[in-house]
Amino acid sequence: MIEVKNISKSFDGNTVLHDVTTEFLPGKVNFIIGRSGSGKSVLTKCIVGLNEVDKGEIFFDGRNFTSLNKWDRRSIRQEMGMLFQGAALFDSMTVEENVMYPLRMFSKMTKAELQKRVDECLERVNLSGKNKLYPSEISGGMQKRTGIARAIAMNPKYLFCDEPNSGLDPQTAIVIDNLIKEITVDYNITTVVVSHDMASVIEIGDLINFIYQGNLWWRGNPASILNSDNKEVTEFVFPSAFMQEIRDALRQGHK
Amino acid sequence: MSGLFSHIGRYSILLGQVFTRPAKASEYRRLIVDELDKIGLQSLGIVALLSFFMGAVVTIQTAANIDSGWIPKWTIGFTTRQTMILEFSSTIVCLILSGKVGGNISSEIGTMRITEQIDAMDVMGVNSASVLILPKIIAAIFIFPFMVIGSMFLGICAGAIVGTGQGVISLTDYIYGLQYYFEPYQVSYTLIKTVVFAFIITSISSYHGYFTKGGAREVGQSSTKAVVYSMVFILLSNYILTQLLLL
Repeated sequence: MIEVKNISKSFDGNTVLHDVTTEFLPGKVNFIIGRSGSGKSVLTKCIVGLNEVDKGEIFFDGRNFTSLNKWDRRSIRQEMGMLFQGAALFDSMTVEENVMYPLRMFSKMTKAELQKRVDECLERVNLSGKNKLYPSEISGGMQKRTGIARAIAMNPKYLFCDEPNSGLDPQTAIVIDNLIKEITVDYNITTVVVSHDMASVIEIGDLINFIYQGNLWWRGNPASILNSDNKEVTEFVFPSAFMQEIRDALRQGHK
Repeated sequence: MSGLFSHIGRYSILLGQVFTRPAKASEYRRLIVDELDKIGLQSLGIVALLSFFMGAVVTIQTAANIDSGWIPKWTIGFTTRQTMILEFSSTIVCLILSGKVGGNISSEIGTMRITEQIDAMDVMGVNSASVLILPKIIAAIFIFPFMVIGSMFLGICAGAIVGTGQGVISLTDYIYGLQYYFEPYQVSYTLIKTVVFAFIITSISSYHGYFTKGGAREVGQSSTKAVVYSMVFILLSNYILTQLLLL
């Protein structure tokens, strides 16, 4: 479990996060949603330690991440996997080398063991046979799947996904969503997903954190967000008249 | 002024991270070999071309400027040797390499920064500064002296070929000039300079790449700054080292 307690963060005097407190549960897909510029990416970067918090604490299964120095954080970081918005694959390496990278840096596996683990990870994300291709030679969806394979190579306890569906067509987005859900459940990972994509949120989300103007505005599950009366939440989830009609239809259906 | 101190502070902190004990020595060995190829072997062509023509031009210019019968012909060989060893092969070659190698390093690391590849390393727990920069520094410090020695040799040979080919000096006179009052310490001096220049080029270029923010335009700006600052610090350190080592 990841606990975030009273996190605040400012950039050049502009406060982006105000006293945010929440929890992310193991074996669940925990979403962070909100409008562009609301602070959700900053919150995620604070949790993984790419941004230093001004105030507050972050606990990974009871271990206070914020109190550790840069070097001591490494042991917790080796339990993290992250899928970046643009996949952030090392473009000078092949698909196989990308997935192998964290293993080569931190494990003491033999060459054969490394290869076996890489093949397992690539098979898990349906990329078997693409080992020798470079990131520039594969599609955006494949790059995302390679990113997931790299993120799970070290058997992480915590998986972070920043906009996993951005730039993907709806069908590929569903593939990525299902993959994230399956991995989370199969390996009992604490998964945190930053997304704008409400279809993903409703489809695979277990817990939703809605960030509004740097505050944790609303927290709940997909069923409750559909029925929420919170003005900011409904404006975000159902921004158009068409979406509001769908919500009304859903509510009537529930009745 | 505060900007300058900020740069010095960030540069020092980055170097602190770079020289932290490597996580896995075998991985670093592989990376150093890669960098030896990228920084060294792939620059051999330009260094060889420059050295050959510079040696030839120095020989012809010296010959053209010696009108007086009081100045012996072997002065041409002596001047070519001194020019190549003391200044051209170390300083000028390193200035050229700051453009080729420095620009390349800065844009490579800068692109990795803006495409979140460095963030990906950091999240994994990899010391990105060390993994990306240390192999480049070690490779450059190792390979640059060999390139400079090669440059000296090639420039001096070019002088002999052109000088004797054009009939401005006999090979005997040229060789006599090369050997005249030769101080081996001057080679040591130039190699010490080369090692310092190698460190300046790789560390300053890496610094500018590592702290790139923004997009393609900023990567270009970082690359330009890397080359300009490397050149300025090469010239500055050249003056300081010459004062310290030769006087």
